[in-house]
Amino acid sequence: MWIYVLRRTLLLIPLFFIISVVVFSLIHLVPGDPIDSLLGPGSTSADKIELVKAHGLDKPLTVQYFVWLKNFVTGDMGQSIIEKQPVADMIFYNMPFTVRLGLASLFISFFLGILLGIISAAAKNTFIDYISMIIALLGVTVPAFWLGLILMLIFSVMLGWFPVSGSGNLQTLVLPAITVGMGGAGLIARITRVSMLEMFNKEFVLLLYAKGLSKPAIIIKHVFRNALMPVITIFGLRLGWILGGAVTIEIVFSRPGIGNMLLSALYRRDYPVVQASLIFLTMAVIIGAFIADIMYSYADPRVRDVYK
Amino acid sequence: MSILQVKELQVTFVVDKKKVTPIENVSFEMNAGEVLGMVGETGSGKSLTAHAIMGLTSLVGGTIGGSITFKGRDLLLLSEKEMQSVRGSQIAFIPQNPMTSLDPVYRVGNQIVEGLCKQVKIGKRQAKQQVIELMGKLHIPKPDRVFQQYPHQLSGGLKQRIVIAMGLCANPSILIADEPTTALDVTVQAQIMLLFKEMTRTRNIGLFLITHDLGVIAQVCDKVAVMYAGTMVEFGKIREVFNSPRHPYTKALLQCIPHIGMEKGSLAAIFGNVPSVDTYPSGCRYHPRCSSSDSLCEESPPLLLQIESDSRVACHHYLGKKD
Amino acid sequence: MTKYKHKPPWVVVLQRFSANKMGVIGTILIACLVIVALFAPLLEPYSYKEQNIAIANEPPSLNHIMGTDDFGRDLLSRTIRGARISFVVGVLSVLISVVIGLVIGSIAGFYGGVIDLVLTTIADLTWSMPAILIALLLVAIIGAGLESVVVAIGLSYWAQYARLVRGQILSLKSAVFIEATKSMGASDYVILFKHLLPNSLSPVIVAATIGIGNAIVLEATLGFLGMGAQPPTPSWGAMMSNGTAYLFISPWMIIFPGLAMMITVLGFNLFGDALIDIMDVKNKESS
Repeated sequence: MWIYVLRRTLLLIPLFFIISVVVFSLIHLVPGDPIDSLLGPGSTSADKIELVKAHGLDKPLTVQYFVWLKNFVTGDMGQSIIEKQPVADMIFYNMPFTVRLGLASLFISFFLGILLGIISAAAKNTFIDYISMIIALLGVTVPAFWLGLILMLIFSVMLGWFPVSGSGNLQTLVLPAITVGMGGAGLIARITRVSMLEMFNKEFVLLLYAKGLSKPAIIIKHVFRNALMPVITIFGLRLGWILGGAVTIEIVFSRPGIGNMLLSALYRRDYPVVQASLIFLTMAVIIGAFIADIMYSYADPRVRDVYK
Repeated sequence: MSILQVKELQVTFVVDKKKVTPIENVSFEMNAGEVLGMVGETGSGKSLTAHAIMGLTSLVGGTIGGSITFKGRDLLLLSEKEMQSVRGSQIAFIPQNPMTSLDPVYRVGNQIVEGLCKQVKIGKRQAKQQVIELMGKLHIPKPDRVFQQYPHQLSGGLKQRIVIAMGLCANPSILIADEPTTALDVTVQAQIMLLFKEMTRTRNIGLFLITHDLGVIAQVCDKVAVMYAGTMVEFGKIREVFNSPRHPYTKALLQCIPHIGMEKGSLAAIFGNVPSVDTYPSGCRYHPRCSSSDSLCEESPPLLLQIESDSRVACHHYLGKKD
Repeated sequence: MTKYKHKPPWVVVLQRFSANKMGVIGTILIACLVIVALFAPLLEPYSYKEQNIAIANEPPSLNHIMGTDDFGRDLLSRTIRGARISFVVGVLSVLISVVIGLVIGSIAGFYGGVIDLVLTTIADLTWSMPAILIALLLVAIIGAGLESVVVAIGLSYWAQYARLVRGQILSLKSAVFIEATKSMGASDYVILFKHLLPNSLSPVIVAATIGIGNAIVLEATLGFLGMGAQPPTPSWGAMMSNGTAYLFISPWMIIFPGLAMMITVLGFNLFGDALIDIMDVKNKESS
């Protein structure tokens, strides 16, 4: 088991390299020169050459890459061209907000999704099933930013229960987390339902009834426990999809965070910030998938044995 | 006094707004310490009969008619809650396929303990002790090690024993085994059958054994019930049925068993196929394949006649052609 | 001879489909969208671009069922025109994704080995990333505007089709009829294009149906972030992006285009789900 975890962890390293290369080269494909925006009116081409040199942009791309990578790994993520402050500082200021939002919305996704999934599987083809599945389907189909705006309109503007925007206390987290969580909840509810219904038809369920167990015990302890495996798998694969909502939601609720930072840097072509936030977002997704993978092998004894 | 008495059992389902009756006219009784075999082709309603006795057909939407009397109580009148205390502790079930009948994510020992603790007031540790002991009695090697293993780590024979242990753990009065050896090798089959015989004797259990293998029936059963297309055609003591079958289907079935010394080419086969539940013929369900059927057989289904205390037959021609 | 008349397969599929209530609802919703998109100019009660500041930010009324926007333009007319844009964006970008996915997926599945490993890793990596992130970057590279949005969305969603095609080809490759074709001396190309690809299309079609819905949402999200279609274009995303500033003054600017989009996406999802049920396609992953 530990060997498996170790091997999976080591696999993250080449993945990091691939991502860093992709992110680095993508940024250099973006048209428009950020240096131009730094130059004040009336500056000469000599000024420009100086600035280019100062940012190390005159060296070949491969050299630039390795210098950048070395600095990045050692914690020096460069200087924001626009904000004139270390990118690392900006990342560490914004990171906690995104982590909080991400964790809260994952919790809502899981809790609500599994609840809806179990209810509708247990009440298959009844009114309750249809209602739960329509809620789940809406969660999947409604664009996150629109849901955010509507929730804001209802709960902040009309009812005044939650603040419109901000990031200070727990109250400001409620609406954004629900908005992002709804998409994930819909996805998880649908998978849970399908997976549970599949498990209900397994032969071992008959024997559980024959042992004299009650239906709730069978559903929770056995059917759901088995149905959880595909849910974890899909969850790991679609984690990025769920968290993708967080990027836009930070804009909707004007919350600080990596997504918000990335977007404003993208508008202003602030390369170092874009690069760093992209790497952090991507790595978050990959590490999430990695954790799901470990959870999966822990939850299923058959998978665990394969890696022994 | 028999321990289990099934009278005119009938199971109906509604499929696509049409009523189908996969089980009709099934009556038999069974005593403690006795092995009752139920034989029939695939789809003749053997498993469904077993599920009906366990009260499991209602879970998939079936309706049961008739009566199932167990120790003087009609099981059909019990609530689901009351049935839960009967299942496992009074009437236990051993499923058809041990390979897929265990929950893959729990240790096999804990799966046995789970059933035991549900039925008997007992501590976890004590239950574990008892289960390991029982596993030993079932000739499971290194029971304390097997206890900790997951289903996928065990062989078919071991899984079968685990499932049997699950059935026996709460000391039931009746054990229903649904083709318990079909998934196993022939040598393992024989071992398991011996084990069954041993358990029924030492624990005074009534064993209800479902199989399509007449050889198994001849080997271990005291009584046999023959099913055809959801109806019971004959019921009786093993010797009587094998030596002088009364129903044409039983006769034909027995002629299908090869035995050493028979002439080459004389092995019989029954003409035609078993009808499926939505194409059951009118009258006697066997009449299209029966060599001695007449217009009466086509028109009205025969009653299951009680001939002696322990033998029954459902054939219009039985009375007329008594030999 | 036989009593049973075998119905052609499409009749069976059609019969099963019409028995699926959700699928029928989905079909109706998609049909409505197609009709609105096709006949947009005829259905619009007003010009979608004519500005009239005198009636700016008017709430819904009998004259303007959905109200007017900040330039006094009729929101109903703009939403109708938006249907056309969304539909075109959805279909075109999914077409791009499917073509890329087919090419990459069939190469990976057919040749296997190192090629497969590399392509699969790239596809898995792409698929695990939030599509919005990929699309944002691509739009940043190729520039904003409706055409680049179509391309960006197409490039963001190819991975799921590649995965599907690869899986299908892998399972078909060992099928008996392929072995038979091979033993008769058919070339790689004949096997791939005449046998493998046509037989792996049904799950791709199902995924593409749902994919159109996703593409429409992505277009709107990009538009909302200001990276999509630019202002005068009445794309649903751009309309909502524009409306954000007026959320507290004239919320109808956001509510109605959003509702239209929700109904559209719901239609594609219901339709796709019904297809999955009927064709018994194993692609729960794309749900």
